[in-house]
Amino acid sequence: MSDGESLMADDAHGEGGGLSFHPMDQFEVKSLFGGDIGMFTLTNVTLWLALAVVAVFALMVLTTSKRAVVPGRGQSIAELMYGFVYKMVEDVTGKDGIKYFPYIMTLFMFILCANFLGLIPTSFTTTSHIAVTAVLGFGVFFAVTILGFVKNGAGFLSLFWVSSAPLPLRPILALIEIISYFVRPVSHSIRLAGNMMAGHAVLKVFAGFAQVAAIAPVAIIGVMAIYGLEVLVSAIQAYVFTILTCVYLKDALHPHH
Amino acid sequence: MATDTHSAAEAAGPGMPQLDITTFSNQIFWLLIALVVIFFVLSRVALPRIAAILAERQGTITNDIAAAEDLKVKAQEAEAAYEKALADARGEAQRIAGETKAAIQADLDVAIARADAEIAAKAAESEKAITEIRAGAQEAIREVAKDTAKEIVAAMGGKADARSVTAAVTARMKG
Repeated sequence: MSDGESLMADDAHGEGGGLSFHPMDQFEVKSLFGGDIGMFTLTNVTLWLALAVVAVFALMVLTTSKRAVVPGRGQSIAELMYGFVYKMVEDVTGKDGIKYFPYIMTLFMFILCANFLGLIPTSFTTTSHIAVTAVLGFGVFFAVTILGFVKNGAGFLSLFWVSSAPLPLRPILALIEIISYFVRPVSHSIRLAGNMMAGHAVLKVFAGFAQVAAIAPVAIIGVMAIYGLEVLVSAIQAYVFTILTCVYLKDALHPHH
Repeated sequence: MATDTHSAAEAAGPGMPQLDITTFSNQIFWLLIALVVIFFVLSRVALPRIAAILAERQGTITNDIAAAEDLKVKAQEAEAAYEKALADARGEAQRIAGETKAAIQADLDVAIARADAEIAAKAAESEKAITEIRAGAQEAIREVAKDTAKEIVAAMGGKADARSVTAAVTARMKG
């Protein structure tokens, strides 16, 4: 790992020439009040997670405080979020998945707010960290796996036994299914963190090019374009993470193909 | 040890802070707290509230539609009642008009009959009176004529025969 880091560091400094490129600095975890980072230290992670909580609270609780039958702007957004995720859960997992709706909603609102907060310049993107997304991804993985066995017992294993395939193929398919099942949490978490990190790093690289007057206009237009793309990616990744969670939940509730 | 690794990571410059294992416990700890807080905020406050709002709206809409349906039915009933009342009134008016016409006709017939009878009686009386008057007049004329004829005859120096004078006057008056 240290080799890789030094290599990347060399690359970054090498291609920059006289420029200073620090596209990864924005991801550094820093202590807010100095000192070492322990488990309970208040860091920029703490700050931006707290802001995400505040954002969720503001979006879902403060806007609906009037309980208007004819909704205002804020309440419309909250209702839209609710309806969007509710319909997603209902469509993908069916009626019996509705009772897991608050968990899915928690994931969606957290990822969405964290992604968008990360787009604020000089902010810290919590969802760009593999530690964060891995907790989410593996949390979903363990939750649906345990739920699958609790709900279906050993019948949950039929998820890996594709009964619609010809008999000789089934063991091979089962192997593939099992591998894909265990790869799920990895892809689930790396997809989110990777998207966030890559987008933000690219923004930083373009911003770095803006230091050279000759290419600054192109670089700034590039920053604007990438920023627009990142807004899209932020929402889409929250959606993708949520709908995949719904799909996994559906597998746990209805393992039979 | 944490300090060592951290400073090493910082010294490495633009490496991948994501792979700095020393910060994982911190991130995971605060993430779990954030998720639990969000979960409770959503499941205890926001989601029931929004569900209630949506249910209330659905209820309001359903009620309004039902009320509109009620009002429509009522309007139709009112229209039917109005039509019926109108038809009744029209029938009643025709009946009353008919009755009145019949009553008037009856009164009129009676009155006409009575008037006819009276007229007939009066006419008969008048006829009688005229006949009497005419008879009286002829008698008087005959008397006057007889007397006059006698006087004339006497004045001329003759002696009038009463029977021949009477016969002559009678014959004259018939002519």
